[in-house]
Amino acid sequence: MLEIRDLAVARGAACVLEGLAFTLAPGQALILRGPNGSGKTTLLRTLAGLQPPQAGEILGGGEEIAYAGHSDGLKSMLTVAENLTFWAEIYGTRGIDPALAAFELTPLRDRLAGTLSAGQKRRLGLARMLVTGRPIWAMDEPTVSLDAASVELFAATVRAHLGQGGLAVIATHIDLGLPEAHVFDVSRFAARAQSAAATSDEAFL
Amino acid sequence: MASIWEYANPVKFLRTSEKVLPVLWVLAGACLVIGLIWGFFFTPDDYRQGSTVKIIYLHVPAALMAINAWLMMLVASLIWLVRRHHVSALAAKAAAPVGVTMTLIALVTGAIWGQPMWGTWWAWDPRLTSFLILFLFYLGYMALWAAIEDPDSAADLTSVLCLVGSVFAVLSRYAVLFWNQGLHQGASLSLDKEENVADVFYLPLLVCIAGFVLLFLALVLYRTGTEIRLRRTQALIRREAARA
Amino acid sequence: MRALLLRDLRLAFRAGGGFGLGLAFFLIVTVLVPFSVGPQSELLTRIAPGVLWLGALLACLLSLDRLLALDWEDGTLDLLATAPVPLEGALSVKALAHWLVTGLPLVFAAPVLGVLLNLAPAGYLWLVISLAVGTPALSVIGAFGAALTVGIKRGGLLLSLLVLPLYVPTLIFGAEVARRGAQGLEVGTPLLMLAGITFGVAALMPFASATVLRMNLR
Repeated sequence: MLEIRDLAVARGAACVLEGLAFTLAPGQALILRGPNGSGKTTLLRTLAGLQPPQAGEILGGGEEIAYAGHSDGLKSMLTVAENLTFWAEIYGTRGIDPALAAFELTPLRDRLAGTLSAGQKRRLGLARMLVTGRPIWAMDEPTVSLDAASVELFAATVRAHLGQGGLAVIATHIDLGLPEAHVFDVSRFAARAQSAAATSDEAFL
Repeated sequence: MASIWEYANPVKFLRTSEKVLPVLWVLAGACLVIGLIWGFFFTPDDYRQGSTVKIIYLHVPAALMAINAWLMMLVASLIWLVRRHHVSALAAKAAAPVGVTMTLIALVTGAIWGQPMWGTWWAWDPRLTSFLILFLFYLGYMALWAAIEDPDSAADLTSVLCLVGSVFAVLSRYAVLFWNQGLHQGASLSLDKEENVADVFYLPLLVCIAGFVLLFLALVLYRTGTEIRLRRTQALIRREAARA
Repeated sequence: MRALLLRDLRLAFRAGGGFGLGLAFFLIVTVLVPFSVGPQSELLTRIAPGVLWLGALLACLLSLDRLLALDWEDGTLDLLATAPVPLEGALSVKALAHWLVTGLPLVFAAPVLGVLLNLAPAGYLWLVISLAVGTPALSVIGAFGAALTVGIKRGGLLLSLLVLPLYVPTLIFGAEVARRGAQGLEVGTPLLMLAGITFGVAALMPFASATVLRMNLR
């Protein structure tokens, strides 16, 4: 369960989105859409707890959320298996084999991450979400540099995650092939110039 | 009775400081002119140190304000971290260059005084060394302000640096005392009468200190006002850009 | 936590990990000193404890910008901050890894370099003890500096400017132990002060480091 109420998020001193509200039940996914710079990344980082909301509240986030940003946090001098095992140990989960299999990385498990192609690296970054064992996935442009087959692989993984009662909030531009997901256009919530939400600028006006 | 926190509003702060500043400038100028002329021309020479002792009227007030400026930054940083008043953060930022100038004045006048007295421009005496370390802390603090683009992040990070730096400054002071017991005379001013400089030097010195305090306040208020106007301009530009 | 320590150590020892750079730097600084002050052995004996401490401090400083910057660039810090490990703990572990990779080898190398500088025979033991007790403080304080400057591009020079004044007490007490030891004087007080600093910063500094790192991740 993830619910946000009247949320406002800010990038630096400027409020970018305000009045955001949605509720996500187990098994549901939300696709965030909006033009570049509309605040999708800021919203996801706020959901993940990396920055505090400007106003409003987030219920059910915190320790339940696993976050995947633009960068995959991979170490090029560690092998695929070592990278994934590290995150499994950090999250206190066992077994990286299902995650490797889900993204067809098993044949690459002993390759150094630095020698992978961009798409393979991204698949490894996405496989990390599986070893976190967390129910809510917050993902920022997960399909960048993935080919069509890999996108299908990703969609199937998300669908399986939802099937087990998981949730997902995904910012993306392309059609993932997840017809059951709700589309949420953030540009409708763009902050007006004289926003009611307090930003640090406001004190000086 | 208005709460002191009302002045945390930048616009209200600007309005009030504009009224207070002319008075402060005049008072600071008057105290410094009177104190320095009195000290330089109307006090006797010290029987041991001769007329070189008169640099005390610059050296001691500057050294006092060098430390007090850091203390003010520490308090302002704490207020910013706890209550998040922008004026407080900007006042800390505004005080740093004033503080570093005071430190530099104290070091330079100390060297000029030390040359005839101790026969050397510089000695690694605990007090001198402590001021040199304080100088380095000021430099680091200002460099961090200058390096970060987002003003709120800069305020946050420099505030924590100020807190941590204060702890290490005190630690350094004790370390330096341990490291070398020095040449420097005891405190020029203290509540213990025995240690004090004689009354003839004492009164003009107090006037000079008052002048330095007032000058410091005026400079910090003025510079804080400048910082507030800069932030206000940036905020207005952003708002216009968002409207367009 | 253990996983993070093992990962940092493993990364340090693989190619490009930078293990040994600090050690080599320490060696070069020590070798350059006689070239700059002259080869008289009495002079070298007198300044050896201080030079070795300063060299160790600079070698530590040199590797600080790798402490967090690499994890910042590839996004690992974002992921660690959202992971179920307290950031304070993660930073303590990273400082520990930095010390094991940089500080500890310096402790072992110092006596060898002491021979080059004609260190007094009584000084070797206290030099090693003072470095072993003091260098962890350098790593922990350095982690704070690294967390402060992690968001700043090419912040290496700024990092040095911020961290060096914070190193003053550690350097004073550390070098004092080594100097007094070499002269056969009593070392108890400075050694206790040095240990106090190390334990104090190890206990408190990670909170400050985590605070500024969170501010930088925002």
